[in-house]
Amino acid sequence: MSTPSNHIANNIVHFARILRRAGLTVGPRQILSSIEAIKHAGLENSDDLYWALHSTLINKHEATEIFDQAFHLFWRDPRMLERMISLMLPEIATPPTDPHEKSSRRLAEALLKQSPDAARPEEIEFDIDASATMSDAEVLRTKDFEQMSAAELREAQVALRKLKLAHDMVTTRRTRPASHGRQIDMRATMKASLRAGDIIPLKRRDRRQQQPPLVVLCDISGSMGIYARVFLHFLHSLSNDRSRMHTFLFGTRLTNVTRYLRNRDIDEALSSVASAVEDWDGGTRIGETLRRFNIDWARRVLGQGATVLLITDGLDRDAGEGLEAEISKLHRSSRRLIWLNPLLRYDQFEPKALGIRKMLPHVDEFRAVHNISSLADLVATLNGTPTTSLKVA
Amino acid sequence: MTQNLPSSIDETADLLSRGAYVADRSLATIVFLALSMQRPLFLEGEAGVGKTEIAKVLATSLGRKLIRLQCYEGLDTAAAVYEWNYQAQMIEIRLAEAGGTQDRDQLAKDVFDDRFLIRRPLLQALEPDVNGPPVLLIDELDRTDEPFEAFLLEVLSEYQITIPEIGTIKAPEPPIVIITSNRTREIHDALKRRCLYHWVDYPDAARELEIVRLKAPDAAADLAQQVVNFVQALRSRDLYKQPGIAETLDWATALTQLNTVSLDEQAITDTLGTLLKYQDDIARVQGSEAAAILAELKSATSK
Repeated sequence: MSTPSNHIANNIVHFARILRRAGLTVGPRQILSSIEAIKHAGLENSDDLYWALHSTLINKHEATEIFDQAFHLFWRDPRMLERMISLMLPEIATPPTDPHEKSSRRLAEALLKQSPDAARPEEIEFDIDASATMSDAEVLRTKDFEQMSAAELREAQVALRKLKLAHDMVTTRRTRPASHGRQIDMRATMKASLRAGDIIPLKRRDRRQQQPPLVVLCDISGSMGIYARVFLHFLHSLSNDRSRMHTFLFGTRLTNVTRYLRNRDIDEALSSVASAVEDWDGGTRIGETLRRFNIDWARRVLGQGATVLLITDGLDRDAGEGLEAEISKLHRSSRRLIWLNPLLRYDQFEPKALGIRKMLPHVDEFRAVHNISSLADLVATLNGTPTTSLKVA
Repeated sequence: MTQNLPSSIDETADLLSRGAYVADRSLATIVFLALSMQRPLFLEGEAGVGKTEIAKVLATSLGRKLIRLQCYEGLDTAAAVYEWNYQAQMIEIRLAEAGGTQDRDQLAKDVFDDRFLIRRPLLQALEPDVNGPPVLLIDELDRTDEPFEAFLLEVLSEYQITIPEIGTIKAPEPPIVIITSNRTREIHDALKRRCLYHWVDYPDAARELEIVRLKAPDAAADLAQQVVNFVQALRSRDLYKQPGIAETLDWATALTQLNTVSLDEQAITDTLGTLLKYQDDIARVQGSEAAAILAELKSATSK
């Protein structure tokens, strides 16, 4: 190829910029390695170029779809390339044009969802309209949260500090020095022996304790909707408090919102959650969403003995169909399954309790709270003794 | 016998196929880049798609030593990097004292000597080998915890390990590092960024057939084709765990052992346990679903 390598480097930098605009994290270090990779792989074959860039710029399987689209736009479509070249001129800050907007929307979707065809980039059509994939039966709304006041935030932090989930510490296989530990630390003892006189002090270690990963599945359907703010508030504080936590929201579909809740600013976090979730205040399909969780996520997030916190009132639109098998599978793949039931419609509870009856035998802990007006109530409920009296016959 | 590193993507593909590994172009490209850029290769994918096998094949066909570090929860430096042989050190101290040695500093030097160092996989991988830098396989990294990942960062970016009592040990030439993950949790970006990333996918029908013919040569040609078609169809179903290549091979071997020449419903029901490992999946596929897939395949081939 006659193109000077300088030109290629320029192109890669711009390609990386597009990826970054699409929401991927591509740092200078990765750009440098991709330039190096291309030097090795050569430019004769566009497939080689594709995989050389892919191996260096992408480090998540989910990003493949975005990369694929961007690659074909950038390196194949000559008109696009022309536009890119014009972008190389000093004023780069042109506002994102329509196809970009669309593609980054798709890209954001791709990051969130595990569509079954995610692994086959060649089948992806560029202009998939996201709204066409939703069934008519679903009520799709976006949520508008009022802003958190500083006082509320402080209150939340105080309340959360009191949160003590039962069995929330597991012994790991890693050890730490401990004066009365159960294992002898040979290395430290040896060191001490060289320093000490005739008597060698015996140094000890003990196993370290750690919080297990926490996975929260929170119902945000219509019947739960009024408390959505308190729940999200709770989940946000918890996300920033614990290191290994994954959060999923579900109504008729399952959305992984872990990434958004990591945002330290609660208002920003909540507004991005609100726009990511498309089934606020709709119906609930517990069996179906648990099934999606079991298939798409369970192996990825429950791997290290996670505690699962399931927040739902158990009112299922599908009348508990397929629910029992899925909840029992979830129970078997988690270390501990806690069900928090806000019992929002206590009066109408009995006649509709089919879902509840199916779920109860498969949870380790059942907790019910009547009126959640604050995060403190939630924390108090989770700290208290589990409700066992509600075993529906 | 030591082989030179391949100098092009085509040569890499040849090298892998000589080692009986059927790789597609993308994988050959990534392996070639990892070798020529001397960067660790991070392979992620479902269980049983042949991630570990790549490291083994590379080691054999390049004539390098394979050093394997199987990861598990709680893996620490004592098991992964090095450990002192305390018993031998104790004896050394006793002997020195019996011999009347008074110089403690000298004793410390003697005791923390190379002779008493037990080398674990990571340290072994940094040491020069007559056959050239070894292949270091860090298998199932997702089973360890974050502290170990953080430790790996230093090792993989500098190819050196610091032992306080001895000093820093640096590899004269970086080993060929292959890290695999089954994605039971996300590996931190910082580590991935230092590696070349590749998602190892299930193979397409043609490549899977090639693999079955190569690795299960006793299976009848018709049967191999049917097995591959069936597994490919199965992967498009909503299963908790889709069968990997390892399972396809197991299944083909099992069917061959039972002298099956052609797939039928009974044969599938009898051997499904080699292919699917979740009771829910087996219950679902057994019977009508298997028959449906079979009918589907029949109508597709008769067309």
